[in-house]
Amino acid sequence: MIITDDIRKKYVPTIGIECHVQLKTKTKLFAPVSNEAREAEPNTLVSPLCFGLPGTLPVLNEFAVELAIKAGLAMNGEIASFMKFDRKQYFYPDLPKGYQITQFDKPIITSGWLDVPQLDGSQKRVEIERAHMEEDAGKSTHPEGSDFSLVDLNRAGTPLLEIVSKPDMHSAAEARAYAHELFLAMKYADVSEADLYHGNMRFDVNVSIAPVGSTELGTRSETKNLNSFKSIERATLYEIDRQIELLEKGKQVVQETRGWNDAKQITTSQRSKENAHDYRYFPEPDLPPVEITGDQVQAVKKTLPQLPVDIRTKLQKLGIDSQQIAILLEEKRFVDIVLAVDKKHIKKAVNWITSDVQAVVNDGEFDWATFTLTSDDLNQLAIMVADGKLSSTGAKEVLLELITSTTPAEAIATDKKLIQESDEGAIEAIVDSVIAANSSAAEDVKNGEMKAIGFLVGQVMKQSKGKANPQIVNKLLKEKLQS
Amino acid sequence: MDQWKSIQDLRDDVVSKKQTATQLVERALEYAHKDSTDSLLEILDDYARERAKDIDQQVEKGTFSGKLAGVPFVAKDNFLTFAGKTRAASNILANFEAPYQSTAISKLEAEGAILIAKANMDAFAHGSSTENSDFKITKNPHDESRVPGGSSGGPAASVAAGIVPFALGTDTGGSIRQPASYSGVFGHKPTYGLVSRYGVIAMASSTDTIGPLTNSVEDGALVLDIIAGKDSSDSTTIDRSAKSYTQFETKPLKVGVIKQHLAEGVDEAVKQSVQEAVDALKVVGAEITEVDLPINDAVLACYYTIVPAEISSNLSRYDGIRFGHSNQQASDLDAVYRSSRSVGFGKEAKRRIMIGNYVLSSGYYDAYYKKAQQVRTLIIEQYNTAFKDVDVLVGPVAPAPAFKIGENEDPLAMYLVDIMTVGPSLAGLPAASVPIKAVNGLPVGLHVIGAQRNDAVVLSVAKQVEQGVSE
Repeated sequence: MIITDDIRKKYVPTIGIECHVQLKTKTKLFAPVSNEAREAEPNTLVSPLCFGLPGTLPVLNEFAVELAIKAGLAMNGEIASFMKFDRKQYFYPDLPKGYQITQFDKPIITSGWLDVPQLDGSQKRVEIERAHMEEDAGKSTHPEGSDFSLVDLNRAGTPLLEIVSKPDMHSAAEARAYAHELFLAMKYADVSEADLYHGNMRFDVNVSIAPVGSTELGTRSETKNLNSFKSIERATLYEIDRQIELLEKGKQVVQETRGWNDAKQITTSQRSKENAHDYRYFPEPDLPPVEITGDQVQAVKKTLPQLPVDIRTKLQKLGIDSQQIAILLEEKRFVDIVLAVDKKHIKKAVNWITSDVQAVVNDGEFDWATFTLTSDDLNQLAIMVADGKLSSTGAKEVLLELITSTTPAEAIATDKKLIQESDEGAIEAIVDSVIAANSSAAEDVKNGEMKAIGFLVGQVMKQSKGKANPQIVNKLLKEKLQS
Repeated sequence: MDQWKSIQDLRDDVVSKKQTATQLVERALEYAHKDSTDSLLEILDDYARERAKDIDQQVEKGTFSGKLAGVPFVAKDNFLTFAGKTRAASNILANFEAPYQSTAISKLEAEGAILIAKANMDAFAHGSSTENSDFKITKNPHDESRVPGGSSGGPAASVAAGIVPFALGTDTGGSIRQPASYSGVFGHKPTYGLVSRYGVIAMASSTDTIGPLTNSVEDGALVLDIIAGKDSSDSTTIDRSAKSYTQFETKPLKVGVIKQHLAEGVDEAVKQSVQEAVDALKVVGAEITEVDLPINDAVLACYYTIVPAEISSNLSRYDGIRFGHSNQQASDLDAVYRSSRSVGFGKEAKRRIMIGNYVLSSGYYDAYYKKAQQVRTLIIEQYNTAFKDVDVLVGPVAPAPAFKIGENEDPLAMYLVDIMTVGPSLAGLPAASVPIKAVNGLPVGLHVIGAQRNDAVVLSVAKQVEQGVSE
């Protein structure tokens, strides 16, 4: 069945998103073991606790709490004054204790919201229901064709913050926009590496549809473990159409967990509600409840970096357009550079970054370790252009060098022989000699034959070995021949 | 068998070179191998001799004067120890060797104590008789046809049989106090959190405690003194409440006799023995009152709801995947879980897993687990109220002396044995069992219960009782 826009118009989708954010602590949530699982050999970052050995006990990582508070502040959240941990119980080989330590009814963040910029330039507020701390499970792999599975417990115990939105979104684009804004908030709050590719943020999208005008929400599906904005949008679109088709055919939507097949660009059923676990939650007796004081929250607030919303406001006031701001926000380094540039050069700096620099670093091969561009570089470059020492083409040439060079802009320009002579006195001497040597051409100009001025400019440039600022040359020639 | 000297004297002998650690250990090992009560699961001959030699050398060099220099001890099999196996007397851990060691054991070893054996227990500490051990049944040294109590039956019997001067046990609902009472030794269950649970195989996390079983109150206090205190590896530990637990209060105290613990159903001779101990306290100036504790009717139901809930969860890690018994023939994951756990766990563990999962199940949680937690709050409040008027509460530790092996086959009858001990466990209170007058040759213990953190008060009253009994 082909779902046309006409059919789609008959239904209202409702979307809520749960996001697992990996907090960037040095050690795990409950054990003093390194959290740097990305490069490590399997099962090397494990303590007796990560392994679920008898007699082990969890000890809460205070820094993880701090980061969770920070994340809460970054989403305008209410920080709980009292929180506790609970056990969520199920059997799986990558869950060594047979339960996950999470927060059931007393989460650390009890509400929040994000104002999400939409594609059309408007803003939409998405409310956040809650956010709770929990430990990650290990990683299971099922080698194809083998009769065994492999478990790596390096990730077991990594601190996560699960952020649950209210079902406030009504299109795939809104879902994507919210996910993206949450990503920016977490990244700028500096609570997570926020590297989606490496699973630092994973999204579960709950989608339901209801006929237009209906007061009740439809049955929802939950598509789990989406790790790109594109897949969030595609999976949501797919789910909306799948559910519309079911309803159009007089069938029912089943409440279930689904997975995203990126190769086929479809969602597939994983587990229906009937087979859902009874997690037998109960308070974790090994961890006393935690009180969070107002002072503690204030102290964390002081460490909160500039958030995307602050940066947008600031740059807008400086006259930067919202598309450029969006490009800048994608790369925190850019934002840091731009915000440190002299206000009077900021527009130029933003132009350079969002076009020339962006083009270079966007090349998949670019190695960020070689990136050396600073706000000072851009200041110097802008000054040289303003002083006429560099042409705008020359500036771009220098800029490309500066991206990966620590040599000062002026030295690069000199080296590349891009410095223009802008000293009118010096240029005037050449201009005078050129006029004297080419009196017929000069006469032509005087008689209004402006074509000849190009010849004279060329002669001046030749004599100055290309260094004379062409604008000044032009100006002087005109002054001398047209008066 | 000769009684051991006090721990202080043994230690002083070693440090002053009157006796060597090796001599003490050899004596303990000799008795351990001759043990007719089956109190031990694994005797650590080589490890103990090695440790003794090392301590003797250090003493010789004058570089060691630990508070327990050369003193042999046994630990209940649920303590993770570098030496030997750690099995919690269970089949599912039949071959488990601990890669790390419990805080309590390390603290004792740092003071020079020498672990000579792992002691028998009810598997995973589920039981009140040590009959639930998956390996052997321990007998009561005072009457080998009877149980030594449980679940720390091995530790209690090994001290009572004179094998070691002290043992380390765990008490979740009476598992130190009841075997101490049945076996005629002193046993102290500290305030919840006073001793680190790190490295002890969990039974019920919210009531598990660790404490000593000894020949005297003084020995018990000395051991507590070493193991008590906050541990950064156990978030539920608390700061020490007393500078020293070996300084006993001698001034007369207010003693409340729990009315419900001397009610119908309690052995008349046990009542008599308790009454005599109370009278002796009166003689030394204690003010005696009767304390009504009506919530006592609810303690067993409350305990056997909350504790199985925690047990069911704490036992989930024994899944046949990473350690412990695993069925290698299982065809799929589900079969690994089912068969490993079916074979590895004994009846009582399974019973508690079933109960625990039931009371936590969606639809039953509110009626059972949550209700039990509310009752628990009432229990705590009722004890708190009682301690406004008295320093300690006393009564029998169990309704009767040690029963015959095989006598309490009905699990409910076995649970009823815990009626006096589970209340203080749920409330996290310090409580001890101190031997009083025996009944028909069978030991009886007086239950001394204190307010939270008042371990020193409990020990002081226990000391007064002990003196009263010996006079």
